[in-house]
Amino acid sequence: MSTASVAQVETKWWTGGKSPFNVEYGKLMMWYFLMSDAFTFGAFLISYGTIRFSQNYWPDPNEVFNAFPFAGHANLPLAFVSLMTFILIVSSVTMVLAVHAGHHNDRKGVIKWMIWTIVGGAAFLGCQAWEWTHLITGDHAVLLNGKLEHIGTTVSRNPWGAAMPGMMHDGHPVSTTGPVAFGGYFFGITGFHGFHVFSGVIINIIMLIMTMNGTFDRRGHYLMIEKAGLYWHFVDLVWVFVFLCFYLI
Amino acid sequence: MEHQNPSEVTFHHEPGGKEVVQKIIKTTVILSVITLIELALGFGIYFLHKTPDPSAALILFMKGVIVILSLLKAFYIVGVFMHLGDEIRNLIMTIVVPLLLFIWFIAAFLWDGDSWKMLRNTEGLSKPATEQSKPHLPATQGH
Repeated sequence: MSTASVAQVETKWWTGGKSPFNVEYGKLMMWYFLMSDAFTFGAFLISYGTIRFSQNYWPDPNEVFNAFPFAGHANLPLAFVSLMTFILIVSSVTMVLAVHAGHHNDRKGVIKWMIWTIVGGAAFLGCQAWEWTHLITGDHAVLLNGKLEHIGTTVSRNPWGAAMPGMMHDGHPVSTTGPVAFGGYFFGITGFHGFHVFSGVIINIIMLIMTMNGTFDRRGHYLMIEKAGLYWHFVDLVWVFVFLCFYLI
Repeated sequence: MEHQNPSEVTFHHEPGGKEVVQKIIKTTVILSVITLIELALGFGIYFLHKTPDPSAALILFMKGVIVILSLLKAFYIVGVFMHLGDEIRNLIMTIVVPLLLFIWFIAAFLWDGDSWKMLRNTEGLSKPATEQSKPHLPATQGH
């Protein structure tokens, strides 16, 4: 090695002395984790799509998800899930603002926006709990083995089948049971997403406590907030596709 | 690039404050508007289903538009909120190129589901088990 090559080495991209991706190790690994998690969610959603494509009948999401808290039996398709979507988008925005405040080492700003993000995440989880409860406990009359029975939606029973010719005594159409896979995929995938939201809220609470303790001020940077932010935005990103696959189409 | 601390090599810090906040607000508005358009299309499909003879092609087209709008939302969330757009090109490629696997993944498995339905509705699954072992030529002609 001559002295001339030393100068050359410093300018090369991959020969050390500089960060080739110009990004912290933890943040890069968070990106790769999120990429693998995208494949996990993708595999779940694609398997749902395969089963749905293989069926002659699939329940119309607008008929299944048409309830709103405190609205009784009003027919409000898409309303509640739109609220959930907006809650998650807004909490994603407050997270960006927390990361932005972190870039300027603005501790008060980080604390304020992290609290709002946590509130948004908790509100979303509350909405999901309500929706699950409503779906599991909401009874519907269906023809099951020749008898009229009242069942809710679970992973093993689905009252959202095709309508039969004829009407019940109260004027409602008689329906059969629907594909069992509907409940399994709905609870499985929204549950896996809800678990991500839950762990995201826990991570955000830990970040808030660390910020309040001044840990990041002592470190001199708020990179941990950025990494938590990446995870939180990913949760919002997955919801875009869950919303698409289960409610819109 | 600043080199204040040798253990943390070259992490960039976002410049300025105002224009970044403005970009965040702009992206929020874009995401909200796209979501509202998606909801409008969703309601459109809902009311089309209520009509006596809904056009399957029109509903499929509307669903296609909703899928494209969702991908646009994903682009804005990843590009702006997650700041992937601000990273070095090589880093972006190590994330985006593996995701191209999804093109095959989605196409192959939805196709498989569709073929499953065809078998269910034709000779594949409706005949007694003894006849299923015969090679069925018509199925190979289809897609």
